[in-house]
Amino acid sequence: MFRKILIANRGEIACRVMRTAKRLGVSTVAVYSEADADALHVEMADEAVRLGPAPAAQSYLAIDKVIAAAVATGAEAIHPGYGFLSENARFAEACAKVGIVFIGPPAAAIQAMGSKSESKLLMERARVPLVPGYHGREQADSHLIHEALRIGFPVLIKASAGGGGKGMRIVRGEGELPAAIEGARREAKAAFGDDRLLIERYLERPRHVEVQVFADAHGNAIYIHDRDCSIQRRHQKVIEEAPAPGLSDETRKRMGEAAVAAAKAVGYVGAGTVEFLYANGAFYFIEMNTRLQVEHPVTEMIAGIDLVEWQLRVASGEELPERQGELQRYGHAMEVRLYAEDPARGFLPATGRIAHLTWPNAANNLRIDSGVRADDVISTHYDPMIAKVIAWGEDRATAAQRLRRALMETEIAGLATNAAFLIDVLGHQAFLNQEIDTGFIERHRADLLPEGGATPERALALAAAFLVLVDGQRAAEAARRSGDPHSPWGLTNGWRLNGEGGSSILLRDSAGRQRHARLTFSGARWDVAIDDGPPLRLTAPRIENGALVAGADHGRLKVTIVQDGSQVTVIERGRATRVARIDVLAEAEAAATSLGQLTSPMPGTVVRVMVEDGARVTRGQPLMVVEAMKMEHTIAAQADGIVKQVRFRAGEAVAEGVELIAFEAES
Amino acid sequence: MSTLKSAIDTRSEDFQRNHAAMQAQVDDLKRLVERIKLGGGEAARARHLSRGKLLPRERIRCLIDAGAPFLELSQLAAHAVYDDDVPAAGIITGIGRVSGRECVIVVNDATVKGGTYYPITVKKHLRAQEIARQNNLPCIYLVDSGGANLPNQDEVFPDRDHFGRIFYNQATMSAAGIPQIAVVMGSCTAGGAYVPAMSDESVIVKNQGTIFLGGPPLVKAATGEVVSAEELGGADVHSRQSGVTDHVAENDRHALEIARSIVAHLNRNKSMSLDVTAPEEPLYDPKEIYGIIPADPRQPYDVREVIARLVDGSRFDEFKKLYGPTLVCGFARIWGYPVGIVGNNGILFSESALKGAHFVELCAQRGIPLLFLQNITGFMVGRKYEAGGIAKDGAKMVTAVSCAQVPKLTMLIGGSFGAGNYGMCGRAFSPRFLWMWPNARISVMGGEQAANVLAQVKRDAMAARGAEWPAAEEESFKAPIRAQYEAQGHPYFAGARLWDDGLVDPADARMTLALGLSAALNAPVERTQFGIFRM
Repeated sequence: MFRKILIANRGEIACRVMRTAKRLGVSTVAVYSEADADALHVEMADEAVRLGPAPAAQSYLAIDKVIAAAVATGAEAIHPGYGFLSENARFAEACAKVGIVFIGPPAAAIQAMGSKSESKLLMERARVPLVPGYHGREQADSHLIHEALRIGFPVLIKASAGGGGKGMRIVRGEGELPAAIEGARREAKAAFGDDRLLIERYLERPRHVEVQVFADAHGNAIYIHDRDCSIQRRHQKVIEEAPAPGLSDETRKRMGEAAVAAAKAVGYVGAGTVEFLYANGAFYFIEMNTRLQVEHPVTEMIAGIDLVEWQLRVASGEELPERQGELQRYGHAMEVRLYAEDPARGFLPATGRIAHLTWPNAANNLRIDSGVRADDVISTHYDPMIAKVIAWGEDRATAAQRLRRALMETEIAGLATNAAFLIDVLGHQAFLNQEIDTGFIERHRADLLPEGGATPERALALAAAFLVLVDGQRAAEAARRSGDPHSPWGLTNGWRLNGEGGSSILLRDSAGRQRHARLTFSGARWDVAIDDGPPLRLTAPRIENGALVAGADHGRLKVTIVQDGSQVTVIERGRATRVARIDVLAEAEAAATSLGQLTSPMPGTVVRVMVEDGARVTRGQPLMVVEAMKMEHTIAAQADGIVKQVRFRAGEAVAEGVELIAFEAES
Repeated sequence: MSTLKSAIDTRSEDFQRNHAAMQAQVDDLKRLVERIKLGGGEAARARHLSRGKLLPRERIRCLIDAGAPFLELSQLAAHAVYDDDVPAAGIITGIGRVSGRECVIVVNDATVKGGTYYPITVKKHLRAQEIARQNNLPCIYLVDSGGANLPNQDEVFPDRDHFGRIFYNQATMSAAGIPQIAVVMGSCTAGGAYVPAMSDESVIVKNQGTIFLGGPPLVKAATGEVVSAEELGGADVHSRQSGVTDHVAENDRHALEIARSIVAHLNRNKSMSLDVTAPEEPLYDPKEIYGIIPADPRQPYDVREVIARLVDGSRFDEFKKLYGPTLVCGFARIWGYPVGIVGNNGILFSESALKGAHFVELCAQRGIPLLFLQNITGFMVGRKYEAGGIAKDGAKMVTAVSCAQVPKLTMLIGGSFGAGNYGMCGRAFSPRFLWMWPNARISVMGGEQAANVLAQVKRDAMAARGAEWPAAEEESFKAPIRAQYEAQGHPYFAGARLWDDGLVDPADARMTLALGLSAALNAPVERTQFGIFRM
C-alpha cells in the first residue's frame, strides 16, 4: 500500500477519497486553486499545495502543476477523482514519466475508450452489443432500405455529418422509408453540405443502465452489479440507483459479462463503468468511463465494499480483494445529486454563499458525500454540486422513501437548489412504479417543474411572520441596552386602540414580484394574508433555535427560516423558498440611479468587449458580450450616453449582478 | 409587597349582568371607531388610492417600526359636532415608535373634506403638539391638507389656540430641542405651507406633494400667471430651487422610509431615573373589569378590584389604608414602571382629601408617576363638613395635584362630577393623558342631582310666590335637564370635543396606561415646588 497519495481533485470526491485513505493509514496531499484556499478538502488533507488561479485550466487541469505538487510532496500515487484529469491519457503518461502511480487504467485504455468510433469498433470485435445500425458509404436508396430492413423497425435516419436534430427521421414501417430518406437527405445537404445518412435502431423509452467493472494487473476482471441512471436532465444524471430495477438475473449476467469483455478488450486495470442503453430486455453499449463514477456509492452500499480502497489496493499492485463468485448483493441503494441550481429557470446553475446548511441526523442507511460546509461559496468556476445523498433500503421502495425523507430533513439556504425537485421525483408515482427511462423528467415536466415557479403564498406568509418576530427580538435587544429596557413600545403585536392590531411587510417573491404581507393580531392568534389572499392562521408564533414554531390548523408547525441580509429562506420539509424583504429606501435609490446601469444577467465570462472607456454610444448599441450557460448575452446601452469605464476585459469571469460597464446616461 | 385578593365571583348573576352591559358599550364604541377609521367615503378613498397614495393609516403603519403599537389620540374628535360628517376631525394623531424612538405623529386625512382644518381639527392638532411638548416627543407631520376650512374660518384662524398656534408650537418646540419633521405627501397650501417650512427637516413626494402660499387659481386671479401645481410648488422646485424641502421621495413608502432614517439620526436617548422592573401580568384577567363595574352607576364597588386588574402581579401597597378610606392611595407597578395610584372609593371627606394631598406629595418627592382612577360624585356637603373646613382640605389636594411635576395620568372609570374632578386631576389640571371608559360620565354634577337642584330652586321661588307645583309638572321640568346632562356627560360627547384623549376599553386600559406612562417618561421628571397649602 502507498504511504502517501495526492488527490488531484476538489469537492466531495476529494474528501471521499481522503476518508478512505485515512482509514487505510495513507497520508493525503490536497491540491487547490486560489478560490478553494479554505475549502473542506484542503482542511481535511494532511498537506495541501496551491496550484494557481481559480480557472480550472490554470489549476486543477494544469498537468505540470499537479505533477510538480506530487513530486514536491513525495506522493507515490495520484488519485484523479472524476472529471478534471481523470480521463486524460496525457496525464496518466505524465505520471508514469516521473514514476508516480496514476490510480486509474493504463493510458492506452483511456485513449481507446476516449474515441467513440474506435471504442465501437473494439466493442464490435469483442462481441459487445451495439445499437444495430448502418454507418457505411454506400448511399443508394435501395441499399439504405435494405439496411433499414436488416436493422429492424423503428429506425432512426439522420445525417452522418450532423448533430442536433437536423435531418432526423423516425421511421416505423417500410412504406415510410423512401420519403424519409429523401427528406433527411435534403435537410442534411442543406444543413451540412453533406447528404450522407446513417441509420440506427430507434430505441423507444430507453433506460440508462451501467455496469461497474474492476480489473487488476494480474488478469482478474469482475463486474460489481449494475446501476440505473435513467433519471437525467439535459444528459446529466440526477438520480442513480443500484441494482438497476426490473432486470432478470439472466440479463444482469449477460450485461455484466459483456462489460467485463469490454474492459478486457482494452486491457483495463482499475475501476471503470460500461454504460448501456437498455430497452425491452436488450442492451447496447454506449461508452466506457475509465474512472470512478460520481454514482459509485450506490454500488458500494449494495455490495458492502469500498471501491476507493479497491482502487488503492489494485493500483499498489494487489490482486482484486474478491472474485466474481464471492461478491454479495444486499438490498437497494439510491443516490441523488444535490445541486446549486434553479430547476424553475431551466436548471440554471446558482452561485453564492451557503448561508445555512443542515444535514439530516447520521444513520446507518444514509450516506452524505459533501465537499462543502455552511459559509462556503459555490462559484462559477466549478461544478455546482453541493452533495450526493445516498440511502439504502431492504428494497427499492424503502430506499426511495428514506432518501426522500433525508432530503426533507436537509436545510440549505443562500442559493437555489434542486432539493424540492428531487423530493418531487422521488415521490412521483411513475418513479415508484419503476416507469423510468431517460425521457422521465421531460415526460413528467408538468408535475416536476410547475410553470413559472410561483412562490407559494404559505412561504411568503411564514417569512412575514418570522420577520415580524425578528423585528420584535431586535427591538427587545435595543431596549435592553436602553434606559427603558421593557418598554411596551417595543412590542410587535401592532397594538391599536379600539381595534385589531396589525403589521405589514413588503416582500419580493422568487419571481421578482412585490408582495404585500398583512398581519392581523388578536391575542396570540396571527392571521397572515398575502396581498388579498386567504390568511394563514398561526397561534402563538415564536422563534426557537432558528425555526418558526407556532400552532397551526393541523397541530404544531415548525419551519426553519434563515435570514441572510435581506434574503429570507423558508425551508419546510426540505423545500426551500427564497424571498427578499424589500428595502424601500434602497430600491428607490437604485431606481433613481439605475437608468443605464449595465449589470451581468448571470454568472459567466466576458467574451467580447466592443467599446472603450470614454466612448459615446447610442441607445441599443451592443457594448459587451457575456457568455453564460453556453449562451451569449449581449449587453447593450439602454440609453444614449458615455461609457465611463469598462470594468471587465474579455476572458474575465463575472458574477451575477455586478456592474459590467460604468455608464452615464445623457439626460 | 401585598397582593390584592379579589372577592369577585365571576359566575354570579351580578357579574354576568355587569359584564353584558359593559360588553354592549365596548362593542358600540368599537363599531363607532371602526367606522371612523375608514375616514372619508368609499369614493374619496378610491380617488386617493388611484393617485398612488397610501391611505393615512397605512402611512402610519409604514412610518412606525414594524408591528409597533400606535396609541391613537382623540379618535372621536368632531363626532356628531358639525352638520358635515368629519371622521376623526380629518386628522389622525397619536404616538408611535419610529426607528426606536417614541414620536408624536400628526397625519392629515385628505379623504375627509380634503384634509381641511375644522375648529376641532385645529384643537386636535394642537393637543397632539401639547402632548409632544409635555413629554418631549419628536413630531412628525404627514401633510396632505387643503389648509383652513374656509366656511369655518372664524373659529379656525383668529384666536390664540387657532391655526397659527401650530407654527408657534413648531418654532418653540424646535427651540426646546424637540425635533419637527414634515413629510409633504399632498397639498400644503397657504398657512399649511408653513408646516414643512417651519420644520427642522422636510421630505416631499415627487409629482404628489405641493407647497405654496397661493395655489394656481389664486395666482391666476392675482397676477394672471398660468402655472401648474407641480411647477408652482412641486418637489423639484422646493428641493432644487427654493430649499423649502430637503429630501425628494419617489412615492409615499419611500418618503416614510426617509422620515424613519431622519429619526434614526436624531441622536436622542431616553434616559429614565425610575426604578423599573420586568413587567408582570396581573393575577386577574383585566377583562373581568367588565363584570365589576356595576351596570347601575349608583351602585358602589371597591376600586381595588379594578386596581387588581391593572397592576403588575396585582400587587398594591396601600398608604394610610385606615385613614380617609373613601380615597384609596398606594404604590404599584404598571408594565414595570413604578406608579402611585389614587382611586375613589366613595365621596371625598376632609380626611380623604388630606390623605390624597399627602400621597401626591410623597409621589412628587420620590419622582413616582401618578395615576388617578376617577369615579367621584364630589366632596361631602353639609354644615358639619363646611365648618370642618372641607373646602380648604379639598384645596390642599387640588394644590398638591396641580403642582406635582411628576407625570400624571388620569383614567375616568366612572363618574366625574364637580370638584371631585379637580382633586382627581381632571382635564383642567393638565394630566399628560386623560382617558375615559365607555361607562364614564362627566359633568359639573350628576343629571339627577342637577335636575333636583334646579327644581328645588324653582320650587322655592314658587313657594315664595305662594304658588303650587304639581308633581307631574316638576317631572316634565326635570326630564329635559336629566336628558341634557346625560347627553353632554356621555363620553362620546366628551371625546368629540377633546375633553379627553380618547375612549378606552377597560380590557385595554392596562396597555394604554403602560404606553402612556412610557411615552411620558421621555421627559425628565422635574422637581416639584408646591404652592401654599391653606392650613
